Amino acid sequence: MILGIPASVVYATAAIYALLVVAMLIVALLRWRNPGERYSEVASRTDSWWWMIGAFTLCILLNQTVAVIFLAFISYLALKEYLSLIPTRRIDREVLLFAYLAIPLQYYWAAIDWYGMFIVFVPVWMFLFLPPLMVLRGQTEGFLRAVGTLSWGLMMTVFTLSHMAWLLVSGDAVNPVAGGIGLLFFLVVLTQFNDVAQYCWGKLLGRHKVTPHVSPKKTWEGLIGGVATTTLVAALAGPYLTPMDMRWSALAGLILGIAGFLGDITMSAMKRDLGVKDTGGLIPGHGGILDRVDSLTYAAPVFVHFVRYFYYP
Amino acid sequence: MSKNPLTRLLRFLFFAVVVRAVILVALGLTVRNRERLPKDGPAVLAGNHNSNLDALAMMSLMPLRLLSKLRPVAAMDYFYSSSLRGWFADNIVGIIPVKRGSGKEGGNPLLLAEQALDRGEILAIFPEGTRGEPETLQAFKKGIGHLAKARPNVPVLPVFMHGLGKALPRGSALLVPFNVIVSVGEPLYGKESYHAFVSELEAAMTALAAQEKLPVWE
Repeated sequence: MILGIPASVVYATAAIYALLVVAMLIVALLRWRNPGERYSEVASRTDSWWWMIGAFTLCILLNQTVAVIFLAFISYLALKEYLSLIPTRRIDREVLLFAYLAIPLQYYWAAIDWYGMFIVFVPVWMFLFLPPLMVLRGQTEGFLRAVGTLSWGLMMTVFTLSHMAWLLVSGDAVNPVAGGIGLLFFLVVLTQFNDVAQYCWGKLLGRHKVTPHVSPKKTWEGLIGGVATTTLVAALAGPYLTPMDMRWSALAGLILGIAGFLGDITMSAMKRDLGVKDTGGLIPGHGGILDRVDSLTYAAPVFVHFVRYFYYP
Repeated sequence: MSKNPLTRLLRFLFFAVVVRAVILVALGLTVRNRERLPKDGPAVLAGNHNSNLDALAMMSLMPLRLLSKLRPVAAMDYFYSSSLRGWFADNIVGIIPVKRGSGKEGGNPLLLAEQALDRGEILAIFPEGTRGEPETLQAFKKGIGHLAKARPNVPVLPVFMHGLGKALPRGSALLVPFNVIVSVGEPLYGKESYHAFVSELEAAMTALAAQEKLPVWE
């Protein structure tokens, strides 16, 4: 332990910053050799990574309560962005406040490690409670669409992402190596790393499109190269951050890579349907918050239930 | 606006802390063409009007160092209907009051606004005149045309905003968080015919709105 933080997490943090410095140097070199517009988006992306990694590592390392509030705030930003993007009914304006109210409650269940409530609160209680509120407003026109979009949105922005908070809190008991924080690091860092790896492999070798109608920039080369890289890094880092040995860590990395990809294209399909390119303008070079956490919406619950099934008592 | 240093400090804190916090946390602005905003006064920001938050959101686009020059033009009958609201409007928001309909009585309802532009101030003005149906563009009143004609060298920037009418529409006191899109247009300048200017501004606003992919809200 270093300052109350598991040593391997401290080393992992240092490794992330080292990687970021290397990325920054590469981008600076590219811009120096090729000034102009061509690499300006990559440069603003890299700048944004500093802010995101800075905020994430600071809040997660500070203490558990700050970390849970930080994660809840990400859910809030994601839900707000979602509700601003989709068509909503004027009459449901106040009902949406109750949807927002689900966030503090859901993260509270996670913070006190009440798994039974945590796992049913959104898919059972919110799922059942919000439609009657809409019914009581007294307008049936567009009801099904309103209920359907709100339920899916709450699942995607609150339920799935809150798995990160529950993993952080519950992980201490099952992970003597690096605690809940080690598991959370493994999940979040590898999922984000997987996004970048798929992007880089796609840029380098990408030729064959995976989903030409949904996300035309995604290629098989990017997907396979990215998942393979993530699996390799997972195998090397897993034994230090999680209770898994090298083989199980590799399997977890493989699952994370594929789940992250599915989350990414699911959000892309939503954007296509709504006719927008980005979900917002919060993060320069990346788009909105949903553009950044799209892969986590799948990777977080899939990884958490994988670990829970095999490693929790 | 008050010269009292304590009131000025209150105004600064209101905009620097309360307004920025609400805008940042409860709303979240996506600003398009931010570089078109004026670097200094005199200038006029002409926005579409959907919510009581419009003026505050528009003023938050400008840096705090220009706060002492920022004034929203607002209707007297609404803000002076209670003394507390009147004090707040005068000293904290710093409105330039306009008496609606006073042009028909032969006076110049925009005299105070013209004087403010002569002092180099930046005005936030809502040519629709009233909030009306949220998130629906209405025909512009003529006042903005007269103001631009009287001060033809002052740039008038159309500012299209979407989302504030969903967050806090007319008739509601409950703020529901929504993201806001703000799109700043190219500056326009007053011309001989106030009528032509109003049409030009309306067209610019409609064009800004048409560039956005906005979700249905009905």
